[in-house]
Parts: sequence; C-alpha cells; structure tokens
Amino acid sequence: MAEVKTRDFVAASDAAMQDATLKRALRQVGGGFNDARLDAIEEVGWEVWEEWREEARRIKIHALDNLDYYLELLHDRVTAAGGHVHFARDSAQANSIVAEIARSRGVKIATKSKSMVSEELDLNHTLEANGVDVYETDLGEYIIQLAGETPSHLVAPALHKTKEQVSELFHQKLGVPLTDDIEEMARVARQVLREKFLSADMGISGANFLVAETGTLVIITNEGNGRLCTSAPRIHVGITGMEKVIPSLQDLAVFLRLLPRSATGQRLTSYVSMVTGPRREGDEDGPEEFHLVLVDNGRSRLLADPDLREALYCIRCGACLNICPVYGKIGGHAYGWVYPGPIGAIVSPTLVGLKEAKDLPQASSLCGACREVCPIRINIPRMLLHLRQRLAESPVDTENASTTGERQAAQAYSWLMSNPAALSAAAKVGRLVQKPFVSGGKVDKRVPLPLVSRWTGGRDLPAMPPRTFHEIWAQSLEAEADLRE
Amino acid sequence: MAQRDEVHASLFVTCIVDQLYPQVGVSAVRVLRRHGVVVDFPEDQTCCGQPLYNSGFTQKARQLARRVLHSFSLSEYVVVPSGSCAAMLKVFYLELFAGDPELEERAAQLADRVYEFSEFLVKVLGVENVGSRFPASATYHSGCHLLREMEVRQEPLKLLEQVEGLELVPLPQADTCCGFGGAFSVKYPHISQGMMDDKVANVLSTGADTLVSCDMSCLMHIGGGLSRQGYQVGIRHISEVLEGLPEEGGQPLG
Repeated sequence: MAEVKTRDFVAASDAAMQDATLKRALRQVGGGFNDARLDAIEEVGWEVWEEWREEARRIKIHALDNLDYYLELLHDRVTAAGGHVHFARDSAQANSIVAEIARSRGVKIATKSKSMVSEELDLNHTLEANGVDVYETDLGEYIIQLAGETPSHLVAPALHKTKEQVSELFHQKLGVPLTDDIEEMARVARQVLREKFLSADMGISGANFLVAETGTLVIITNEGNGRLCTSAPRIHVGITGMEKVIPSLQDLAVFLRLLPRSATGQRLTSYVSMVTGPRREGDEDGPEEFHLVLVDNGRSRLLADPDLREALYCIRCGACLNICPVYGKIGGHAYGWVYPGPIGAIVSPTLVGLKEAKDLPQASSLCGACREVCPIRINIPRMLLHLRQRLAESPVDTENASTTGERQAAQAYSWLMSNPAALSAAAKVGRLVQKPFVSGGKVDKRVPLPLVSRWTGGRDLPAMPPRTFHEIWAQSLEAEADLRE
Repeated sequence: MAQRDEVHASLFVTCIVDQLYPQVGVSAVRVLRRHGVVVDFPEDQTCCGQPLYNSGFTQKARQLARRVLHSFSLSEYVVVPSGSCAAMLKVFYLELFAGDPELEERAAQLADRVYEFSEFLVKVLGVENVGSRFPASATYHSGCHLLREMEVRQEPLKLLEQVEGLELVPLPQADTCCGFGGAFSVKYPHISQGMMDDKVANVLSTGADTLVSCDMSCLMHIGGGLSRQGYQVGIRHISEVLEGLPEEGGQPLG
C-alpha cells in the first residue's frame, strides 16, 4: 500500500503554505477548473443539472445497496466475454494478483493509464520489484513518475508542478533542452511513450465505471493513452475499486455527462473507451487476455457503515478539491495519502485508520462548498462531523484520539455553558483579568493562554466589553420597550 | 393594538454576541421592536453547543442543546443574529437528536420556528426597507452556514440595498469561506489565516470602509485580520446597519 504520511499533516500543510511555487500552481489550476465547471453547467442549465445529479445519486445508492448482486453479474458477464475477474481483499493481495499475472506471462514492460487505485496500492513498486518496467502514460502521471512523486490531485496529478519545473525535470531526466513551450514538452513525452506503447507486454488501466449488465470497463481520458494501454499490449489488466460498478449502459449516460463537466468543465472527454473482454475472433486489435482486478482494501468497511457509506458514491471528479478553500491553500500532498481534499479527508482515514489520519477530518472549516459542487451530492461535511465524533467520543481505542486536555476543555465549556450564573461570574472575572492585556479595545498578543495565543498569532481579539448582553437587557433594554408604550 | 396581531419573538442572542458584541443584540432588539415585534429574552440562555458539536463532543453538545429546547419551548419565533448559530438550532439539532424520538420531535418543532435575523425580517415580517440611514461604503460577507445550511442568500442584500446612505460594493469570491470555522481557527491557525488573508484581500479590493455580515464570528475573524494588518475597515453586524446611526442625543447602550 502507498506510504501513509497522514501523521505529518500539520508540518506538511505548514510547509506547503510557505511554498510560493505551489501557491502559484494552486491558484491557476484549481480556480480555472471551477470556472470551467460553472460554464459547463450554465450551458445545460441548472434545472437539468440538478436532475442529472439526482439521477446519478439514485443510481449509486441502488448499485451500492445491491453491490453483491451487481458484482456477481459483472463477474459473470466479464467471464462470458472471455475475461478473468479477480477479487482482492487488500492491497497486498491485489498487488500479488497483478504481479503473478505478469510473472506467469513473462511480462517485461507495462504501460499504465491513470489509476488512483493503483496509486493506493503502490502497484508500480510491486511490479518493479518483480522485474517489470512500468511506464505511466498519462502526461501528468508520467511527470510525477519521473520526479518520484505522488499525485496531488485526483484529476490533475501534477497540478502542483509549474511548467518551469516540468521543463527542468525533462531536462534532467530525459536530456532534452529547457523550454517554456508546453506543446514541446508534450511532444517529448509522446515520443518517449509511443515507443513504450509499442513494446509493452501488459497494459494496466483503472476504470471510471464498470457496467454490470454488459461486463464493460469504461475509462474516460483526454490523451488517448488509455485506449493505447487497453488495446496495444497482449494483456490488459483493469484494476479498480469494487464500488465502481453501475447496473447498465443506460445508467452510464448520466455519469458521462456529469463527470467531465464536474472535473474539467468539458462536455465530454476526448476519449471514452469501453472495453468488454479481450480481442474476439475477427477483431483487428485488442489484447489476448483481459483481467479485471476488483479491490476491496477497506471499502467493505465503508459499505457496512451507514454513516460513511456515501463516500463510496464518489466518481473522483475532483470538483470538491477545486472548490475547497483548504485544499486551495495546502495542495494535495499535505493530506499525506493518495486521496486528498474533502473526499480524501473521509476516504483516507477510513482506509488507513482514523487515528492515523486524525487531522484530516478536523482540518476543515465545514464551509460546505464541497457538498454544493459534488455531482453526486455527497454530504461531505456531515461525514467529517461524524468522523470528528468518533475521534472525540469513540469507545474504540483505534478511533478515539482525544487528548485529556481536549476532553477537559469540552467538560469545562459544557459545565460553564450549563450554569448561567457561573458564566455571568466568569464574564466579570474575565473583564478584570484582561485589563493588563487590553489596549485600544483589543487584547494584545501577550496573553499566556494557549488557545488565545493561537488566535492572536495573526488576528486581533476584541476586548470583553463593560457589560454582557444579559446585563444590558436586565438593566435597561427590557425596560426600553416599556418606555415606548 | 389587538394582542393577537402582535408578533412575538424570542431572541437567541448567541454567546459570542452576549460576551463580546452585546451592541449587536441591542440593535437587533431595537430593529425588531421598531417593526412591532414583541421581543423577549429567555435569560437562562447561553450557547447553542456548536463549538462542542463541531469538535465531535456530541454528548456534551446535546446537553447544551437540551437547554435551548427547554428555554425556547414556548417561543412563537426564535430569532438569531447569526446564520451559524441559527443553523445549529434549525439543522444540526435534528442530526444531534436523530434516533431519540422525543427529542427529535422537539428539535423539529424548534426548527420550524427558528429564523436568522435578516431572514426573519424579510420572510416573516415582509420588510425589506427598515427605514434606516447608515452612511458608509460597505461590502457584505455571507457566512457559510447562512448560505449553505440556512440557504439565506438574497435577504440580507435586499435589506442593505434599502438603507439610506449605504453604498453597497459587491465582494469578489463572496461564496468562499473566510477560514474561521470555530475550533478550526485555533487548531489549524496557519490554514485558517491563509484563508483569512484571501478574504482580507478581497475586502480591501472593494475599497469599502465597512464590512457587514450576519455573523459576528466571521467578522471577529476577518476584522481581527484587518485590524492586525493595520487596515481601517470597520466591521458591522447587519442589525447595527439596519438600526442606523443613533439619533441625536442617543447613545448606543453597548
């Protein structure tokens, strides 16, 4: 499984915010995607858009409620089309299934189209350890593979890199001259990858959707690399999470409308590839073997959890990342695992362990923008709150991450707020105690209280006024009404 | 005046207004009274429990929520000068008490009667012009809970547009969170302040001298940043603008 660095969230997010290059990259790309998304919705009209969202959500609910049935149907239809279906319980099993397919078929070179699940499994390293050269063929993935990095965005994996950085990377790794021409960089990558496509024994793809009734794997791309990966090599391995199954081709239609518009603002991606089994008799091309690896790796825990299940409805469009003001500040890597942003803050803790990733659900202002843009209307803030509840109150040791200090603070706050007389007394004490720290109506920076100093580091705090509203009401405001009558 | 025609409303003043910005509550009461509302103030009220709820301490949040259910059980309307605290009462109490039929029912009864201050003026009283005067150049910031939980978007703007002397300048990226987020602001101050910096820059780009909002928590955050960075932009709750400047000889009570 991919390395888990979620414990470093605070330091990593702090470092990310100091990174001027990242700041520039985030501002340009994230905002651009969201503007394009809005334009694409305006074009079809909000009423239609809301109907699509409703339909897609309904399909996802139905598919996940009946996942056992649709997985079995998918298995039968893929098998009937001549393909092989493998179920993998966890990342170790998924990796060994793919490694074994490669070993037993003498695979030396594999090309890959973009797949977040393979990132989750860290499949590339497993294959490389088994003597297979793996080449990412999505341009963004190719860039980060060359750089030895991980994706920072669900749709645009190299979003964190500027074109200057990519040029420098190509210069160092491929020995080509520096350039600021993006077309030229794409041409260089195409040249390198074209050769790999032709020599690869195995093509590996993810799946955006799996259609149960026809046994079809659907991937949507803009670069055509997915089609080459799934058709040129003699073996095609599709690897994805088991939640990607939808019942029928008719159901696919609404997702093909929602996903590109939500992700990049496109009406449709340049390529929609639909793969059903290996090459059939009479086909001019296509692989000799087709394998579909369906990965659980913690997803059945989400499925069994009524409070978190809807996280499985996610179609990985990245719209919640593009709108999220936190993601917009810290980028994807700070989240410390494969899935960043609002949806990642739910998926990652569930897959790597809640306590291990305790900052992710808490590092949100709960503004709700993610829910507003989600094409499946996933209620992300509600699930973040739910995870916070487990972190604070769960009786299970692997979930409860609350400190004694936090529990005491919560206890003190609820006691104070349950005793109006004590609150009133506390206000009087506070007004006295603050005196040495007040100037010009503001509390200055020297207050030796940890919470206050975490506020006053970058923000002024108003001084407590001479009277609370309670006092004003009792002393004069209530009577003001009588005077008027 | 016939008793039955009177609108009775209870003020849930919110703990932040009670403790730090009492003049906001005073203005809210005066504006409501000016429009014939009989305002009461259940004096045993404290906090809605949202800081606990957002930190995951739901059992303790329920304890405070039960107090609110009790204090406001007889209220005809509950008016809250905060979109966020109003959302707590109207939306999150239902989730907090889900599965407890009796309290869920009481939370539902409360939810039907809860209104954010500007929402109450427009939707219940049918007022858009409160007849106030407030000479200033202002920009309006909407809290996220007001927008996305209460779904109150236009009401505050309709009210502000009618205020005499108030020049309203649109705020760029108005739908983006200011970064307050309650405990988030002190748990992750670096991220919170990064978001605040963007909001401060947007506020400054309007050239307005006053920042208006329906939520003092956002204003404490953005205003705290503006003042720390040395900018002279004042913060005002919408109730203060709608009350208008004090009449000659009158002094604000706060």
